[in-house]
Amino acid sequence: MFETIYKWLDERLGLDGLLAPFKHKTVPKHKLSYWYFFGGITLFLFLIQVLTGILLLLYYKPGASEAFESVQYIVTRVQFGWLIRSIHSWSANLMIFTAFAHMFSVLFLKAYRKPRELTWVTGMLLLFLVMGFGFSGYLLPWNQLAFFATTVGTQMAGEVPLIGHPILIFLRGGPEVTGATLTRFFGFHVAVLPGLVFVLIAIHLFFVQRQGMSVPPKLEKEWTENPSLRKEMKFFPNFALREMMAWYVAIGALGVLAALFPWDLGVKADPFGAAAAGIKPEWYFLFMYQTLKLIPAHVWIIDGEVLGILGCGVAGLFWTLLPFFGSDRQGRTRSWMTGLGIFVLVYVIVFTVYGYVAK
Amino acid sequence: MSRNNLQRFRRTAFGGILLLAACLSFAQAPNTCLDCHSALPEPLGVTQDKFAQDIHAQKGLTCASCHGGDPTSMDMTVAMSKAKGWKGKIDRKQVPALCGSCHSDPNFMKQYNPSLRTDQLTEYHTSMHGKQLAAGNTKVAVCTDCHSVHDIRPPSDMHSTVYPLNVAKTCSKCHADADYMKQFGIPTNQYANYTTSVHYEALTKGGDLSAPTCVTCHGNHGATPPGVDKVQNVCATCHVFQAQMYGKSTHFKVFQDKGLPGCVVCHTNHAIHPPSDVMLSTGTGGVCMTCHKPGDRCDVARGNILGSLTKLDQTIGSAEQILHLAESSGMEVSSALLAQDQARDALTKARVTIHTFQPGLVDSDIQTGMKIANANYKAGQDAMVERNHRRIGLGICLIAIAFAMFGLWLLIKKIEA
Amino acid sequence: MSGENAIQPQPVRRGIVGLFLGGGLLATFASFVYPVLRYFVPPPVADLGLDEVVAAKVGELKPNSSTIFRFGSKPGLLILDADGQTYHALSASCTHLGCTVQYKGDAKEIWCPCHNGVYNLNGANVSGPPPRPLQKFSVHVRGDQVFVSRNSEG
Repeated sequence: MFETIYKWLDERLGLDGLLAPFKHKTVPKHKLSYWYFFGGITLFLFLIQVLTGILLLLYYKPGASEAFESVQYIVTRVQFGWLIRSIHSWSANLMIFTAFAHMFSVLFLKAYRKPRELTWVTGMLLLFLVMGFGFSGYLLPWNQLAFFATTVGTQMAGEVPLIGHPILIFLRGGPEVTGATLTRFFGFHVAVLPGLVFVLIAIHLFFVQRQGMSVPPKLEKEWTENPSLRKEMKFFPNFALREMMAWYVAIGALGVLAALFPWDLGVKADPFGAAAAGIKPEWYFLFMYQTLKLIPAHVWIIDGEVLGILGCGVAGLFWTLLPFFGSDRQGRTRSWMTGLGIFVLVYVIVFTVYGYVAK
Repeated sequence: MSRNNLQRFRRTAFGGILLLAACLSFAQAPNTCLDCHSALPEPLGVTQDKFAQDIHAQKGLTCASCHGGDPTSMDMTVAMSKAKGWKGKIDRKQVPALCGSCHSDPNFMKQYNPSLRTDQLTEYHTSMHGKQLAAGNTKVAVCTDCHSVHDIRPPSDMHSTVYPLNVAKTCSKCHADADYMKQFGIPTNQYANYTTSVHYEALTKGGDLSAPTCVTCHGNHGATPPGVDKVQNVCATCHVFQAQMYGKSTHFKVFQDKGLPGCVVCHTNHAIHPPSDVMLSTGTGGVCMTCHKPGDRCDVARGNILGSLTKLDQTIGSAEQILHLAESSGMEVSSALLAQDQARDALTKARVTIHTFQPGLVDSDIQTGMKIANANYKAGQDAMVERNHRRIGLGICLIAIAFAMFGLWLLIKKIEA
Repeated sequence: MSGENAIQPQPVRRGIVGLFLGGGLLATFASFVYPVLRYFVPPPVADLGLDEVVAAKVGELKPNSSTIFRFGSKPGLLILDADGQTYHALSASCTHLGCTVQYKGDAKEIWCPCHNGVYNLNGANVSGPPPRPLQKFSVHVRGDQVFVSRNSEG
């Protein structure tokens, strides 16, 4: 039956021509091939987010007086609402984790080298947008934790010199976090960010399809010298089937997390109530947050927090433009980047854990 | 201007000035007393501003209405002449009679405020202050001590010395002054105690103007402490159920016979704090053991009552916990949470029933509450079980996934063979 | 695929693969689609927001009687007058210490059994310890449902 449909479309659209490149797409086979899955898993989790997000949109009400109650309604009254909501929350966290893993794996496999610099840049932009998704989505249930985490987070954005205050007003929809902030974040979360991300994903995937998969430098050298050593598998159907297995693992994990560790409702946000002691941002911001806490109040004449935020900004910019800092020379250049990569990875892990256990 | 016109102008101007003067003088009752007395120092000084606040001034009375004399004359000897009825400073002993000369006359008061009472003087004569004054002691309160003088405001006015929020402070002017009260031999800690009480809090923080202040229990014009055997009648005006139960209990007759002041024995009179289950304990804050002996049947009853109250309180607490846990993991437990209110109502009711001093009666209220609280707890448990049932659904889904993955693996193996 | 050495029990293999794969795919697809389809069906209790609830159905209450309903997290009191037409809805939490009040049909007043507080049908505290009136709600009958709503600023 599928063949009949295919033939019918092919006569009209020339499907054979369109799908030809995909039929020839290959994936290098080597010890570290498993890392190639992470990009696809991140994409899959994003699709889960879009789907569960659309479902939540059917019942969610953005607005300070209704948001919390509507989430409560979804979770307690709507059939399988608890499942959709918990999957959405867990998948968000998992996606950010796999996005980071994908980024670090690309770093250590050195897939960012020429000619793939733009793929790295679009990927970094996607990472920032995904964290923006996390930050904006976190506020939407309008509970105490989210309210104060948003207050702290936007406060930090406001500390950037010169442009900080306009940024803070823009983010908050006013000088304070209010219902206006909620409405605005909702707009970012369901319209602005999805639009940007879709475009960037399209570009990112186009680059990947056009350039094919990268191979670590040492292996690349070996295979160039001795082409018979080159091992590849076809994307369709071999790699695709394996990717499907990985996706099934992901959805199984999501189901387990949603059923065994349902996401909390929290307490409805009370702007005039006192913040609970020890409010922390979500785990994916913890390493930055903890770093900022450690910077002394004043470094020379510069305010410590401002320095920290600027530092984060500069670090982010540097990391996005990483491919342009290496030369084509092999050897030494590569090792300093590897060293830096290991340092950053360890730093992020250590400071995330530190931020988690610190009071 | 021509001569004729000038004359006309002068006549018109003069007439206008006369008219203006007449109007000005009719605006209020002439009160020339204040012309001099507003400039005098205390105690002869009364400013125009101060007197303007007085309800009597606003109703058209003048200084002469109480002090006599002629308020229209600018001549001191005329204004303050005995022939014109001038009384001068009113002697303290004469104050009640003076005020009463109007305020006890219903026909007179009707023209100003028909709904004002006119029995204040009669009541005053029955009060401790009135009786002492009649016996010649002027150190007691007369009308002006509480209501102020020259700027008397109605009790409904927030700034009045007898506005409900201000009454206790007014009484404390004498009653908290240990030196002043020395000759009377009564305590002077009432105000200090009262400010720690739940009634004071209801009045000042809760904004409940009907909460008791000094005059609520002691009366205002007929101020006298209620007799030792009448205390619970006073409390009973608001605390109806407790008084009824107490009246039928064993304690009522015993306290009466021993001349003990009823409710005050356990709850004190001025420093009435919100009651708590601690009052039933044997440690600090416990009241039963001030009379009863450890081990006697009353102590046993006390222990029973405290035990049941604590049990219900704890059951309600655990139900609340598990219901909130269920709710925050997404279970629908709103009707059980609502029923928690009923359990709490039963606990409140049981705490009132303490005043029967019969553990059996307290227990029956407790049992009503326990049934509800236990049902709520069970609802919470059921919700948690239901939550765990999701694991069955999850299990089925995981099996299906395992199947699919196995199938995929087989397919991969097949096409790569 | 290499080789012509495929004189293996292909049909059987294909059968097992087909069984697991097809069955697994179908089962997983069904277990994903089923909750989503159920999710689409709106629950019987409509989410009217914070400010409105269905307190009862028309005909549930007898004239000159009352019922307690849930409004948010607090109880509400719905009273049907003796004329069988007029509804009153008020907060059922006594303003004194929070006990749940009752409607007394004989005296046509609202009574709190904890400390003998009394309110009239407008919610005004008429006797006993309650310091403030009960909050009054609006009642609208739509179809066969009695809606109770309260005014509140967003």
